Amino acid sequence: MSADNEVQPIVEMRGITIQFPGVLALDNVDFFLRPGEVHALMGENGAGKSTLIKALTGVYAVNGGEIVVSGEPRVFGKTADAQHAGISTVYQEVNLCANLSVGENVMLGHEPRGITGIDWKAAHREAARHLTNLGIELDTRSLLSTHSIAVQQLVAISRAMVLDAKVLILDEPTSSLDRGEVEQLFAVVRDLKATGVAILFVSHFLEQVYEIADRITVLRNGKLVGEYPIAELPRELLVTKMIGRALDDLEKISRKADREIDREKVPVLRATGVSRRGVVEPADIDVFEGEVVGLAGLLGSGRTELVRLLYGADKSETGTIEVKGALARMAHPRHAIEHRIAFSSEDRREEGIIADLTVAENILLGIQARQGWRKKIRKSEQDAVISEYMQALGVKPNDPTMIAGNMSGGNQQKVLLARWLATAPELIILDEPTRGIDVGAKADIQLKVAELSEAGLSVIFISSELEEVLRLAQRVVVMRDRRQIGELDAHNTDLDELIEFIAAKGDRSAA
Amino acid sequence: MREFVSRVTRHRLFWPVAALVALIAINAIAQPRFLKITIRDGQMYGALIDVMRNSAPLMLVALGMTIVIATRGIDLSVGAIIAVSGAVALTIIDGSDTPDAVPTVLIAVAAAILVSLILGVWNGFLVSTLGIQPIIATLVLMLAGRGIALLITDGFITTVNSDPYKWIATGYVVFLPVAFLIAMAAVAVVSLVERRTALGMLTEAVGINPEASRLAGVRSRGIVMGAYIASGVLAGIAGIIVAGNTSAADANNAGLFIELYAILAVVLGGTSLMGGKFSIAGTVIGVLIVTTLDSTIVFLGVAPARSPVFFAFAVILVVLLQSPAVHRFARKFKTSKPSSVDEDTPTKAEVSA
Repeated sequence: MSADNEVQPIVEMRGITIQFPGVLALDNVDFFLRPGEVHALMGENGAGKSTLIKALTGVYAVNGGEIVVSGEPRVFGKTADAQHAGISTVYQEVNLCANLSVGENVMLGHEPRGITGIDWKAAHREAARHLTNLGIELDTRSLLSTHSIAVQQLVAISRAMVLDAKVLILDEPTSSLDRGEVEQLFAVVRDLKATGVAILFVSHFLEQVYEIADRITVLRNGKLVGEYPIAELPRELLVTKMIGRALDDLEKISRKADREIDREKVPVLRATGVSRRGVVEPADIDVFEGEVVGLAGLLGSGRTELVRLLYGADKSETGTIEVKGALARMAHPRHAIEHRIAFSSEDRREEGIIADLTVAENILLGIQARQGWRKKIRKSEQDAVISEYMQALGVKPNDPTMIAGNMSGGNQQKVLLARWLATAPELIILDEPTRGIDVGAKADIQLKVAELSEAGLSVIFISSELEEVLRLAQRVVVMRDRRQIGELDAHNTDLDELIEFIAAKGDRSAA
Repeated sequence: MREFVSRVTRHRLFWPVAALVALIAINAIAQPRFLKITIRDGQMYGALIDVMRNSAPLMLVALGMTIVIATRGIDLSVGAIIAVSGAVALTIIDGSDTPDAVPTVLIAVAAAILVSLILGVWNGFLVSTLGIQPIIATLVLMLAGRGIALLITDGFITTVNSDPYKWIATGYVVFLPVAFLIAMAAVAVVSLVERRTALGMLTEAVGINPEASRLAGVRSRGIVMGAYIASGVLAGIAGIIVAGNTSAADANNAGLFIELYAILAVVLGGTSLMGGKFSIAGTVIGVLIVTTLDSTIVFLGVAPARSPVFFAFAVILVVLLQSPAVHRFARKFKTSKPSSVDEDTPTKAEVSA
């Protein structure tokens, strides 16, 4: 391991305390970051990760404690102070100028000047050099917005290097990247680590943390739980430390999922040969009452595209869909809703939550849309529905008047689930319901799905976290390259077999 | 007390109301007769009554604009619809043998509203069915509409002599101007429809996040279509009033630039151009601000040549007064001088407006 305890930390945060009105966001937290290490900051949403990062980047002033960077005590009044101290941040949402070129973004504010103002030739040369240093080959004159999020993030990192960053904070950098892009990002991170840059890494993906990090600091409820070298903290122990309770819940979910499904009955949904040119090749899928069908495959394998056809979010060009034995037309989401099918999109922000409306309005939207605008749901009925589902799903804070956009991802997901459950669906399609949310909320949502399916609800469950799929589903349909490639019995399949099946070259049917 | 004051100042309508009150106060200080209302022959007279009557067309147009903006749209064609509506109504009356008969006027009004409704459907079709950007879709009618109005009036300014028609714009019922009562009735109807049904919430949902709303099963196409129809019909009613004011249908000048004033009023009332959350009460206040400002110019005797500059200057002040950035600055200024009291800043700002 490149980092050990003897190396002098470049960032020392001691006894950091931050008080917000009514909340002690950070309570006497110590955090040390050493040159040449990748240090993962872990904790549930609300544990204080973002607050700690914002203290380090000068967004929040600290109420107590001291920050020492490169041996000098610092007081950051604004973000520029932190940048001058050599601390740069790359966020989940890239904060660059999409309508400028790559080169302009990399050099923004540091353009070399000639007699006639900015020397653009030199600027682009310089930008290209910084990019090449990170092993990235790009046309620096191309528009930033023409590149994928992954490339944009690499550009953001190059920009940090132009600012001569000694400390690089990567805040959920991988949440919108696919596997290959994550590899590319990690290759850059390893290079930077080798040059002595200290990297603070925040991610909800545990595999990625174990792949890249040297050390882990765990926070819970604004307090420090501890700092551990990665080798001394196995995954189960990390999760236990993050959520502060043992993983009984997950075992409970597995037990609930482990039951026989009656497949003699008429399926709740039967899709035969549904396809859309260039999107999904013809696929067949049956879902029976009370069954959880997992849909596994890499990002872009056609999982999302397939369920969108089932829901009528996009129109299928071929094939038929039967709901409880009767042919059904799915040309619009409303048709699916009339057949008591619900769909929670993987893109919570763009296709799920109505950010400026309250939690209550977000929950009511589903039933209200079905009733039509003329018949407004009576106030008493509204309150009953809202409190029932907020409690059943454990939405926190339990405040229906809160603006939904201000909630954490996990709670937004619970609100969306509440919206759909309030419509009393018979089949619910959940596309990545646990993406980007904290461990505790993930367990809550899985448990809820297990309970509902036990009570007779049919579920199509998509997740990139294959453990979840195997834990919840009775059957797993596997997709690759926009094609359905097979189906596995979840009870008799372990994680390695599933991964191998997804990745295997050529066709093979199993189970 | 402190908490009460902060609750009041944080209300979304506080700054629009403050701006309106400040504007009226300035007028009253400059010319105390501004506030004077006299009753003669069952009719109220005075500068404030004039503001009410003059505000009617803008009120109607801004009302529709609020709903359209809430869906993330914009309706630039309202001025043109005003011209068409007036042209239709007056041409019918002009062609009738009995221009003074109430049935003639009723037919003219109904026809004008029907035509406006069709124009609203056209806008709604372009935006919701064909998916054309609202600013472009309504620009079509903004440019073509006045041409249609000219065709209807044959290129002339049609004038009529019809007392029942004139009454719509200049008459009185229970001491108040009919035009103002029509506008208020429209405000009441639209508010009731939006808030007593679920239309308001669904409109906001579509405006904030169209795709999420579609996936939630909202009939967003119908909601957007309805907004443009409402805007068209309300502009049509405004057109009837505008034509009634002068008993003339001027295809080139009726409702000229009213779309811009309507957008201004909606924004002053606190509805964001980004769509989503809207406030009808805010729009009413916004319209009253714009109309009061207009009559302030007349009342203070600002020379016509200078009045656009005066108007622009006043609008900038009102917008600054409402700007969160200015509020933050004021708060900072206040905290750096701990001796000043809490209520200090708003008062200061009001006087400066």
